[in-house]
Amino acid sequence: MNFDEQYYNIGFIDQLSYKDTFVHRLDPRAKLIATLFFLFTVISFSKYEINGLLPFFLFPVLLMSMGEIPFMFILRKVILVSPFAVFIGIFNPLLDSGQVMINGLAISAGWISFFSILIKFTLTVSTALLLIATTSFPGVCHALRQLGLPSIFVSQLSFLYRYIFVLMEETMRIVRARNMRSYGEKGKDMKTFIRIVGILFIRTIERAERIYNAMLSRGFQGDMPTLKRFHIKTGDIVFTLSMLIFLYVFRFYPVTETVGRFVQGVLS
Amino acid sequence: MSHHIVEFKKVSFRYPDGTEALRDISFRITHGESVGIIGANGAGKSTLLLHMNGYLMPTSGTVNIGDLFLTRQTQQEIRRKVGIVFQNPDDQLFMPTVYEDVAFGPLNLGLDETAVRERVEYALNLVSGVEIKNKPPHHLSCGQKSAVAIAAVMAVEPDILAMDEPAANLDPRSRRLLINLLKTFEHSKIIASHDLDLIMDVCHRCIVIKEGIVIADGLVTDILTNKKLLEDNNLELPLSLQRC
Repeated sequence: MNFDEQYYNIGFIDQLSYKDTFVHRLDPRAKLIATLFFLFTVISFSKYEINGLLPFFLFPVLLMSMGEIPFMFILRKVILVSPFAVFIGIFNPLLDSGQVMINGLAISAGWISFFSILIKFTLTVSTALLLIATTSFPGVCHALRQLGLPSIFVSQLSFLYRYIFVLMEETMRIVRARNMRSYGEKGKDMKTFIRIVGILFIRTIERAERIYNAMLSRGFQGDMPTLKRFHIKTGDIVFTLSMLIFLYVFRFYPVTETVGRFVQGVLS
Repeated sequence: MSHHIVEFKKVSFRYPDGTEALRDISFRITHGESVGIIGANGAGKSTLLLHMNGYLMPTSGTVNIGDLFLTRQTQQEIRRKVGIVFQNPDDQLFMPTVYEDVAFGPLNLGLDETAVRERVEYALNLVSGVEIKNKPPHHLSCGQKSAVAIAAVMAVEPDILAMDEPAANLDPRSRRLLINLLKTFEHSKIIASHDLDLIMDVCHRCIVIKEGIVIADGLVTDILTNKKLLEDNNLELPLSLQRC
Protein backbone atom coordinates (compact mmCIF):
# COMPACT_ATOMS: atom_id res chain seq x y z
CA MET A 1 0.00 0.00 0.00
CA ASN A 2 1.50 3.34 -0.90
CA PHE A 3 1.20 6.67 0.78
CA ASP A 4 -1.40 8.17 -1.57
CA GLU A 5 -3.86 5.36 -0.93
CA GLN A 6 -3.44 5.66 2.83
CA TYR A 7 -4.11 9.36 2.59
CA TYR A 8 -7.38 9.06 0.71
CA ASN A 9 -8.40 6.25 3.04
CA ILE A 10 -8.34 8.53 6.09
CA GLY A 11 -10.61 11.04 4.42
CA PHE A 12 -13.19 8.29 3.96
CA ILE A 13 -14.26 8.37 7.60
CA ASP A 14 -15.47 11.95 7.04
CA GLN A 15 -17.56 10.90 4.07
CA LEU A 16 -19.25 8.34 6.30
CA SER A 17 -20.23 11.00 8.80
CA TYR A 18 -22.16 12.96 6.13
CA LYS A 19 -24.85 10.26 6.00
CA ASP A 20 -28.24 10.93 7.46
CA THR A 21 -29.47 8.00 9.51
CA PHE A 22 -31.03 7.65 12.96
CA VAL A 23 -27.59 7.18 14.50
CA HIS A 24 -26.13 10.19 12.69
CA ARG A 25 -28.97 12.41 13.82
CA LEU A 26 -28.48 11.64 17.52
CA ASP A 27 -26.93 14.42 19.57
CA PRO A 28 -23.13 13.99 19.66
CA ARG A 29 -23.21 14.38 23.44
CA ALA A 30 -25.65 11.49 23.79
CA LYS A 31 -23.46 9.30 21.63
CA LEU A 32 -20.31 10.36 23.43
CA ILE A 33 -21.73 9.63 26.88
CA ALA A 34 -23.12 6.28 25.77
CA THR A 35 -19.78 5.35 24.20
CA LEU A 36 -17.80 6.34 27.28
CA PHE A 37 -20.03 4.28 29.56
CA PHE A 38 -19.77 1.41 27.11
CA LEU A 39 -15.96 1.58 27.21
CA PHE A 40 -15.83 1.68 31.01
CA THR A 41 -18.27 -1.20 31.35
CA VAL A 42 -16.27 -3.36 28.96
CA ILE A 43 -12.99 -2.57 30.68
CA SER A 44 -14.46 -3.25 34.13
CA PHE A 45 -14.77 -6.98 33.48
CA SER A 46 -12.24 -9.29 35.13
CA LYS A 47 -9.33 -10.52 33.07
CA TYR A 48 -10.67 -14.08 32.70
CA GLU A 49 -14.09 -12.99 31.48
CA ILE A 50 -15.23 -14.10 28.02
CA ASN A 51 -18.85 -15.16 28.35
CA GLY A 52 -19.96 -11.90 29.89
CA LEU A 53 -18.26 -9.85 27.15
CA LEU A 54 -19.82 -11.53 24.15
CA PRO A 55 -23.29 -9.92 24.45
CA PHE A 56 -21.63 -6.50 24.20
CA PHE A 57 -20.97 -7.11 20.50
CA LEU A 58 -24.63 -6.26 20.08
CA PHE A 59 -23.85 -2.52 20.39
CA PRO A 60 -21.20 -2.09 17.70
CA VAL A 61 -23.23 -4.32 15.40
CA LEU A 62 -26.39 -2.29 15.95
CA LEU A 63 -24.57 1.03 15.52
CA MET A 64 -22.92 -0.25 12.37
CA SER A 65 -26.08 -1.55 10.71
CA MET A 66 -28.27 1.39 11.73
CA GLY A 67 -25.60 3.90 10.81
CA GLU A 68 -24.97 2.16 7.47
CA ILE A 69 -21.24 1.97 8.12
CA PRO A 70 -19.52 -0.69 5.96
CA PHE A 71 -18.38 -3.63 8.06
CA MET A 72 -15.16 -4.14 6.12
CA PHE A 73 -14.05 -0.56 6.77
CA ILE A 74 -14.29 -0.98 10.54
CA LEU A 75 -12.77 -4.45 10.42
CA ARG A 76 -9.75 -3.24 8.45
CA LYS A 77 -9.11 -0.40 10.87
CA VAL A 78 -9.42 -2.73 13.87
CA ILE A 79 -6.94 -5.16 12.31
CA LEU A 80 -4.60 -2.29 11.52
CA VAL A 81 -4.21 -1.37 15.20
CA SER A 82 -4.55 -4.92 16.56
CA PRO A 83 -0.78 -5.51 16.92
CA PHE A 84 -0.83 -3.28 20.02
CA ALA A 85 -3.39 -5.47 21.75
CA VAL A 86 -1.70 -8.66 20.60
CA PHE A 87 1.63 -7.56 22.03
CA ILE A 88 0.05 -6.60 25.33
CA GLY A 89 -1.54 -10.03 25.70
CA ILE A 90 0.87 -12.34 23.91
CA PHE A 91 2.89 -13.26 27.00
CA ASN A 92 -0.12 -14.13 29.12
CA PRO A 93 -0.24 -17.78 27.91
CA LEU A 94 3.43 -18.15 28.85
CA LEU A 95 3.40 -16.35 32.18
CA ASP A 96 0.00 -17.34 33.53
CA SER A 97 0.27 -21.10 33.82
CA GLY A 98 -2.84 -21.65 35.95
CA GLN A 99 -5.60 -23.89 34.66
CA VAL A 100 -9.31 -23.37 34.46
CA MET A 101 -11.86 -26.17 34.11
CA ILE A 102 -14.61 -25.50 31.59
CA ASN A 103 -17.11 -28.31 31.03
CA GLY A 104 -14.52 -30.80 32.18
CA LEU A 105 -11.84 -29.44 29.84
CA ALA A 106 -8.66 -28.03 31.33
CA ILE A 107 -7.75 -24.78 29.60
CA SER A 108 -4.74 -22.62 30.41
CA ALA A 109 -5.80 -19.42 32.16
CA GLY A 110 -3.22 -17.45 30.16
CA TRP A 111 -4.99 -18.20 26.89
CA ILE A 112 -8.31 -17.17 28.35
CA SER A 113 -7.00 -13.82 29.53
CA PHE A 114 -5.32 -13.35 26.15
CA PHE A 115 -8.63 -13.82 24.34
CA SER A 116 -10.37 -11.65 26.86
CA ILE A 117 -7.92 -8.84 26.04
CA LEU A 118 -8.53 -9.29 22.32
CA ILE A 119 -12.30 -9.18 22.76
CA LYS A 120 -12.15 -6.07 24.94
CA PHE A 121 -9.83 -4.47 22.38
CA THR A 122 -12.15 -5.25 19.45
CA LEU A 123 -15.19 -3.96 21.33
CA THR A 124 -13.63 -0.71 22.47
CA VAL A 125 -11.79 0.19 19.28
CA SER A 126 -14.69 -0.61 16.96
CA THR A 127 -17.13 1.38 19.10
CA ALA A 128 -14.80 4.37 19.25
CA LEU A 129 -14.37 4.21 15.47
CA LEU A 130 -18.11 3.99 15.00
CA LEU A 131 -18.60 7.01 17.23
CA ILE A 132 -16.35 9.07 14.96
CA ALA A 133 -17.76 7.58 11.75
CA THR A 134 -21.33 8.47 12.76
CA THR A 135 -20.58 11.79 14.47
CA SER A 136 -17.55 13.18 12.61
CA PHE A 137 -14.46 14.26 14.49
CA PRO A 138 -15.46 17.93 14.79
CA GLY A 139 -18.81 16.74 16.18
CA VAL A 140 -17.06 14.75 18.89
CA CYS A 141 -14.83 17.73 19.73
CA HIS A 142 -17.89 19.89 20.00
CA ALA A 143 -19.57 17.44 22.34
CA LEU A 144 -16.46 17.30 24.52
CA ARG A 145 -16.41 21.07 24.77
CA GLN A 146 -20.08 21.27 25.67
CA LEU A 147 -19.63 18.59 28.28
CA GLY A 148 -17.10 20.83 29.99
CA LEU A 149 -13.67 19.70 28.78
CA PRO A 150 -11.35 22.75 28.93
CA SER A 151 -11.21 24.70 25.70
CA ILE A 152 -7.45 24.25 25.35
CA PHE A 153 -7.68 20.44 25.08
CA VAL A 154 -10.54 20.59 22.63
CA SER A 155 -8.78 23.09 20.41
CA GLN A 156 -5.65 20.91 20.44
CA LEU A 157 -7.77 18.02 19.24
CA SER A 158 -9.49 19.95 16.49
CA PHE A 159 -6.20 21.44 15.30
CA LEU A 160 -4.72 17.97 15.23
CA TYR A 161 -7.55 16.80 13.05
CA ARG A 162 -7.54 19.85 10.80
CA TYR A 163 -3.82 19.79 10.13
CA ILE A 164 -3.13 16.09 9.96
CA PHE A 165 -4.52 16.27 6.43
CA VAL A 166 -2.37 19.24 5.51
CA LEU A 167 0.70 17.55 6.96
CA MET A 168 -0.05 14.35 5.09
CA GLU A 169 -0.54 16.26 1.86
CA GLU A 170 2.79 17.94 2.43
CA THR A 171 4.42 14.56 3.05
CA MET A 172 2.70 13.16 -0.02
CA ARG A 173 4.16 15.92 -2.18
CA ILE A 174 7.67 15.35 -0.84
CA VAL A 175 7.41 11.57 -1.24
CA ARG A 176 6.09 11.99 -4.78
CA ALA A 177 8.91 14.36 -5.67
CA ARG A 178 11.43 11.86 -4.31
CA ASN A 179 9.91 8.92 -6.16
CA MET A 180 9.77 10.82 -9.42
CA ARG A 181 13.46 11.49 -9.38
CA SER A 182 14.75 8.24 -7.91
CA TYR A 183 13.95 6.15 -11.02
CA GLY A 184 13.06 2.91 -9.33
CA GLU A 185 16.02 3.14 -6.97
CA LYS A 186 13.39 4.05 -4.38
CA GLY A 187 15.90 6.33 -2.64
CA LYS A 188 14.95 4.52 0.50
CA ASP A 189 18.22 4.94 2.32
CA MET A 190 18.23 6.39 5.81
CA LYS A 191 19.86 9.69 4.80
CA THR A 192 17.06 10.77 2.46
CA PHE A 193 14.49 9.70 4.99
CA ILE A 194 16.08 11.76 7.73
CA ARG A 195 16.22 14.79 5.46
CA ILE A 196 12.58 14.43 4.52
CA VAL A 197 11.61 14.33 8.18
CA GLY A 198 13.77 17.39 8.83
CA ILE A 199 12.19 19.36 6.01
CA LEU A 200 8.72 18.41 7.20
CA PHE A 201 9.57 19.58 10.69
CA ILE A 202 10.78 22.96 9.53
CA ARG A 203 7.82 23.45 7.21
CA THR A 204 5.50 22.58 10.07
CA ILE A 205 7.02 25.20 12.35
CA GLU A 206 6.77 27.83 9.65
CA ARG A 207 3.17 26.88 8.98
CA ALA A 208 2.32 27.01 12.68
CA GLU A 209 3.59 30.56 12.74
CA ARG A 210 1.45 31.55 9.76
CA ILE A 211 -1.62 29.93 11.30
CA TYR A 212 -1.10 31.72 14.59
CA ASN A 213 -0.76 34.92 12.63
CA ALA A 214 -4.05 34.27 10.84
CA MET A 215 -5.73 33.58 14.18
CA LEU A 216 -4.42 36.81 15.67
CA SER A 217 -5.64 38.85 12.75
CA ARG A 218 -9.14 37.60 13.39
CA GLY A 219 -9.09 38.64 16.99
CA PHE A 220 -7.81 35.50 18.74
CA GLN A 221 -7.00 36.33 22.35
CA GLY A 222 -6.39 32.96 23.92
CA ASP A 223 -9.85 31.45 23.91
CA MET A 224 -11.54 29.41 21.19
CA PRO A 225 -15.14 30.55 21.00
CA THR A 226 -17.78 28.18 19.64
CA LEU A 227 -21.38 28.35 18.56
CA LYS A 228 -23.95 26.07 20.11
CA ARG A 229 -25.00 23.76 17.37
CA PHE A 230 -27.04 21.01 18.95
CA HIS A 231 -30.16 20.76 20.99
CA ILE A 232 -31.04 17.76 23.10
CA LYS A 233 -34.18 16.02 21.83
CA THR A 234 -36.28 13.41 23.59
CA GLY A 235 -34.82 10.80 21.25
CA ASP A 236 -31.35 11.53 22.59
CA ILE A 237 -32.41 11.12 26.21
CA VAL A 238 -34.26 7.90 25.43
CA PHE A 239 -31.20 6.60 23.58
CA THR A 240 -28.78 7.39 26.40
CA LEU A 241 -31.03 6.04 29.15
CA SER A 242 -31.82 2.79 27.36
CA MET A 243 -28.13 2.38 26.57
CA LEU A 244 -27.28 2.81 30.27
CA ILE A 245 -29.95 0.34 31.35
CA PHE A 246 -28.77 -2.25 28.86
CA LEU A 247 -25.16 -1.76 29.91
CA TYR A 248 -26.17 -2.26 33.55
CA VAL A 249 -28.11 -5.44 32.78
CA PHE A 250 -25.34 -6.85 30.60
CA ARG A 251 -22.77 -6.07 33.25
CA PHE A 252 -24.47 -7.53 36.32
CA TYR A 253 -26.71 -10.30 35.04
CA PRO A 254 -25.46 -13.43 33.23
CA VAL A 255 -27.25 -12.65 29.98
CA THR A 256 -25.58 -15.38 27.93
CA GLU A 257 -26.51 -18.01 30.49
CA THR A 258 -30.09 -16.86 30.75
CA VAL A 259 -30.55 -16.83 27.01
CA GLY A 260 -28.88 -20.25 26.80
CA ARG A 261 -31.17 -21.69 29.50
CA PHE A 262 -34.16 -20.20 27.77
CA VAL A 263 -33.25 -21.67 24.39
CA GLN A 264 -32.53 -25.04 26.04
CA GLY A 265 -35.91 -24.89 27.72
CA VAL A 266 -37.64 -24.17 24.41
CA LEU A 267 -35.82 -26.99 22.64
CA SER A 268 -36.33 -29.70 25.27
CA MET B 1 -13.00 61.30 5.32
CA SER B 2 -9.86 60.45 7.22
CA HIS B 3 -10.98 57.68 9.51
CA HIS B 4 -9.89 54.72 7.38
CA ILE B 5 -6.44 55.90 6.50
CA VAL B 6 -3.32 53.76 6.54
CA GLU B 7 -0.18 55.74 7.03
CA PHE B 8 3.40 54.47 7.14
CA LYS B 9 6.00 57.02 8.27
CA LYS B 10 9.65 56.12 7.70
CA VAL B 11 9.01 52.49 8.59
CA SER B 12 11.99 50.16 8.70
CA PHE B 13 11.94 46.55 9.65
CA ARG B 14 14.76 44.12 10.22
CA TYR B 15 14.12 40.41 10.79
CA PRO B 16 15.90 38.83 13.76
CA ASP B 17 18.33 37.11 11.37
CA GLY B 18 19.50 40.50 10.12
CA THR B 19 17.60 40.67 6.82
CA GLU B 20 16.50 44.21 6.18
CA ALA B 21 13.02 43.77 4.75
CA LEU B 22 11.75 47.36 4.83
CA ARG B 23 13.83 50.54 4.69
CA ASP B 24 12.34 53.94 5.38
CA ILE B 25 8.99 53.25 3.80
CA SER B 26 6.48 56.10 3.81
CA PHE B 27 3.08 56.34 2.19
CA ARG B 28 -0.45 57.34 3.03
CA ILE B 29 -3.54 55.57 1.83
CA THR B 30 -6.75 57.52 2.35
CA HIS B 31 -10.31 56.39 2.91
CA GLY B 32 -11.78 54.30 0.12
CA GLU B 33 -8.62 54.08 -1.94
CA SER B 34 -7.65 50.79 -3.52
CA VAL B 35 -3.94 50.34 -3.81
CA GLY B 36 -1.88 47.65 -5.46
CA ILE B 37 1.51 46.78 -4.02
CA ILE B 38 3.82 45.21 -6.55
CA GLY B 39 7.45 44.20 -6.69
CA ALA B 40 9.77 41.28 -7.33
CA ASN B 41 9.79 38.16 -5.16
CA GLY B 42 11.30 39.02 -1.80
CA ALA B 43 10.87 42.77 -2.27
CA GLY B 44 9.06 43.06 1.08
CA LYS B 45 5.41 42.98 0.08
CA SER B 46 4.33 40.34 2.61
CA THR B 47 6.37 41.95 5.38
CA LEU B 48 4.62 45.22 4.64
CA LEU B 49 1.19 43.60 4.95
CA LEU B 50 2.14 41.98 8.27
CA HIS B 51 2.76 45.47 9.67
CA MET B 52 -0.78 46.51 8.94
CA ASN B 53 -2.33 44.48 11.73
CA GLY B 54 0.56 44.67 14.10
CA TYR B 55 1.79 41.14 13.69
CA LEU B 56 5.18 42.66 13.05
CA MET B 57 6.17 45.88 14.75
CA PRO B 58 8.40 48.32 12.88
CA THR B 59 12.00 48.46 14.06
CA SER B 60 11.80 52.22 13.56
CA GLY B 61 9.15 54.59 12.25
CA THR B 62 5.40 54.59 12.89
CA VAL B 63 2.31 52.99 11.44
CA ASN B 64 -1.06 54.72 11.79
CA ILE B 65 -4.31 52.96 11.11
CA GLY B 66 -7.22 55.37 11.22
CA ASP B 67 -6.50 57.56 14.23
CA LEU B 68 -4.57 54.85 16.06
CA PHE B 69 -0.82 54.54 16.37
CA LEU B 70 0.31 50.94 16.15
CA THR B 71 1.56 49.89 19.57
CA ARG B 72 1.17 46.74 21.63
CA GLN B 73 -1.82 48.37 23.33
CA THR B 74 -3.70 49.20 20.15
CA GLN B 75 -2.89 45.94 18.36
CA GLN B 76 -6.22 44.29 19.11
CA GLU B 77 -8.26 47.25 18.04
CA ILE B 78 -6.26 47.59 14.85
CA ARG B 79 -6.82 43.93 14.05
CA ARG B 80 -10.56 44.59 14.04
CA LYS B 81 -10.13 47.40 11.56
CA VAL B 82 -7.78 45.66 9.15
CA GLY B 83 -8.74 42.29 7.73
CA ILE B 84 -5.87 40.41 6.13
CA VAL B 85 -6.36 37.58 3.65
CA PHE B 86 -3.17 35.54 3.52
CA GLN B 87 -1.67 33.85 0.53
CA ASN B 88 -2.15 30.22 1.55
CA PRO B 89 -5.77 29.49 2.46
CA ASP B 90 -4.74 26.37 4.38
CA ASP B 91 -3.03 28.60 6.91
CA GLN B 92 -6.09 30.68 7.30
CA LEU B 93 -8.76 28.02 7.64
CA PHE B 94 -7.89 26.48 10.95
CA MET B 95 -11.29 25.43 12.24
CA PRO B 96 -12.68 21.96 11.50
CA THR B 97 -15.62 23.13 9.39
CA VAL B 98 -16.20 26.04 7.04
CA TYR B 99 -19.04 27.43 9.15
CA GLU B 100 -17.04 27.45 12.37
CA ASP B 101 -14.12 29.02 10.58
CA VAL B 102 -16.16 31.94 9.27
CA ALA B 103 -17.77 32.29 12.71
CA PHE B 104 -14.39 32.48 14.47
CA GLY B 105 -13.81 36.20 13.90
CA PRO B 106 -17.35 37.39 14.77
CA LEU B 107 -17.34 35.24 17.92
CA ASN B 108 -14.07 36.83 18.98
CA LEU B 109 -15.70 40.21 18.59
CA GLY B 110 -18.06 39.10 21.34
CA LEU B 111 -21.24 39.25 19.25
CA ASP B 112 -24.29 37.29 20.37
CA GLU B 113 -25.32 34.12 18.62
CA THR B 114 -27.94 35.50 16.20
CA ALA B 115 -25.62 38.30 15.12
CA VAL B 116 -22.84 35.79 14.52
CA ARG B 117 -25.11 33.59 12.43
CA GLU B 118 -26.24 36.58 10.37
CA ARG B 119 -22.67 37.62 9.71
CA VAL B 120 -21.66 34.11 8.70
CA GLU B 121 -24.59 33.74 6.32
CA TYR B 122 -23.88 37.15 4.84
CA ALA B 123 -20.18 36.45 4.35
CA LEU B 124 -20.74 33.00 2.85
CA ASN B 125 -23.36 34.42 0.51
CA LEU B 126 -20.89 37.02 -0.63
CA VAL B 127 -18.53 34.36 -1.96
CA SER B 128 -21.37 31.98 -2.95
CA GLY B 129 -20.20 29.39 -0.45
CA VAL B 130 -23.39 28.60 1.43
CA GLU B 131 -23.69 25.04 0.20
CA ILE B 132 -20.23 24.05 1.49
CA LYS B 133 -20.72 25.43 4.99
CA ASN B 134 -20.62 22.11 6.82
CA LYS B 135 -17.64 20.68 4.97
CA PRO B 136 -14.21 20.27 6.52
CA PRO B 137 -11.61 22.44 4.74
CA HIS B 138 -9.57 19.44 3.57
CA HIS B 139 -12.45 18.39 1.31
CA LEU B 140 -12.52 21.71 -0.55
CA SER B 141 -10.85 22.69 -3.79
CA CYS B 142 -8.25 25.46 -3.80
CA GLY B 143 -10.73 27.96 -5.21
CA GLN B 144 -13.30 27.11 -2.55
CA LYS B 145 -10.65 27.44 0.16
CA SER B 146 -9.71 30.91 -1.07
CA ALA B 147 -13.37 31.91 -1.18
CA VAL B 148 -13.90 30.74 2.41
CA ALA B 149 -10.74 32.53 3.56
CA ILE B 150 -12.13 35.76 2.13
CA ALA B 151 -15.54 35.13 3.70
CA ALA B 152 -13.85 34.56 7.05
CA VAL B 153 -12.26 37.99 6.88
CA MET B 154 -15.35 39.73 5.50
CA ALA B 155 -17.45 38.34 8.37
CA VAL B 156 -15.55 40.62 10.73
CA GLU B 157 -16.58 43.61 8.55
CA PRO B 158 -13.18 45.27 8.52
CA ASP B 159 -12.72 48.93 7.49
CA ILE B 160 -9.64 48.08 5.51
CA LEU B 161 -9.01 44.92 3.53
CA ALA B 162 -5.46 43.76 2.86
CA MET B 163 -4.75 40.78 0.63
CA ASP B 164 -1.62 38.85 -0.21
CA GLU B 165 -1.81 37.27 -3.69
CA PRO B 166 -5.58 36.77 -3.54
CA ALA B 167 -5.87 35.14 -6.97
CA ALA B 168 -2.77 32.94 -6.88
CA ASN B 169 -4.57 29.59 -6.83
CA LEU B 170 -7.78 30.46 -8.60
CA ASP B 171 -9.04 29.27 -11.95
CA PRO B 172 -9.94 32.07 -14.42
CA ARG B 173 -13.64 32.07 -13.58
CA SER B 174 -13.09 32.17 -9.81
CA ARG B 175 -10.51 34.90 -10.37
CA ARG B 176 -13.04 36.95 -12.33
CA LEU B 177 -15.63 36.47 -9.57
CA LEU B 178 -13.07 37.62 -7.02
CA ILE B 179 -12.28 40.74 -9.05
CA ASN B 180 -15.98 41.59 -9.29
CA LEU B 181 -16.35 41.01 -5.56
CA LEU B 182 -13.40 43.26 -4.75
CA LYS B 183 -14.85 46.04 -6.90
CA THR B 184 -18.01 46.03 -4.76
CA PHE B 185 -16.06 46.42 -1.52
CA GLU B 186 -16.20 50.13 -0.79
CA HIS B 187 -13.62 50.59 1.92
CA SER B 188 -9.89 50.86 1.53
CA LYS B 189 -8.20 47.93 -0.18
CA ILE B 190 -4.54 47.04 -0.26
CA ILE B 191 -3.59 44.19 -2.58
CA ALA B 192 -0.12 42.73 -2.89
CA SER B 193 0.12 40.67 -6.05
CA HIS B 194 2.03 39.72 -9.16
CA ASP B 195 -1.25 39.55 -11.04
CA LEU B 196 -0.96 42.95 -12.67
CA ASP B 197 -4.16 42.56 -14.65
CA LEU B 198 -6.06 42.06 -11.41
CA ILE B 199 -4.45 45.16 -9.97
CA MET B 200 -5.32 47.10 -13.08
CA ASP B 201 -8.95 46.05 -12.79
CA VAL B 202 -9.37 46.66 -9.08
CA CYS B 203 -6.97 49.41 -8.04
CA HIS B 204 -6.47 52.97 -9.09
CA ARG B 205 -3.16 53.52 -7.37
CA CYS B 206 -0.03 51.41 -7.32
CA ILE B 207 3.07 51.30 -5.13
CA VAL B 208 6.22 49.60 -6.41
CA ILE B 209 8.61 48.19 -3.83
CA LYS B 210 12.17 47.10 -4.46
CA GLU B 211 14.42 45.72 -1.74
CA GLY B 212 12.30 47.30 0.95
CA ILE B 213 12.15 50.78 -0.57
CA VAL B 214 9.23 52.51 -2.30
CA ILE B 215 10.58 53.32 -5.74
CA ALA B 216 7.35 54.41 -7.40
CA ASP B 217 3.95 55.49 -6.15
CA GLY B 218 1.30 56.76 -8.51
CA LEU B 219 -1.73 56.05 -10.64
CA VAL B 220 -2.11 52.54 -11.96
CA THR B 221 -2.45 53.92 -15.48
CA ASP B 222 0.98 55.54 -15.21
CA ILE B 223 2.88 52.76 -13.46
CA LEU B 224 1.54 49.70 -15.20
CA THR B 225 2.26 51.22 -18.60
CA ASN B 226 5.86 52.05 -17.72
CA LYS B 227 7.65 49.13 -19.35
CA LYS B 228 11.11 50.03 -18.11
CA LEU B 229 10.04 50.44 -14.48
CA LEU B 230 8.22 47.12 -14.52
CA GLU B 231 11.05 45.21 -16.11
CA ASP B 232 13.53 46.62 -13.62
CA ASN B 233 11.38 44.98 -10.96
CA ASN B 234 11.14 41.50 -12.51
CA LEU B 235 7.67 42.36 -13.77
CA GLU B 236 6.11 42.65 -17.21
CA LEU B 237 3.44 44.80 -18.78
CA PRO B 238 -0.02 43.52 -17.89
CA LEU B 239 -1.19 40.95 -20.45
CA SER B 240 -4.13 43.11 -21.46
CA LEU B 241 -1.69 45.86 -22.46
CA GLN B 242 0.71 43.54 -24.26
CA ARG B 243 -1.87 42.61 -26.85
CA CYS B 244 -2.43 46.09 -28.20
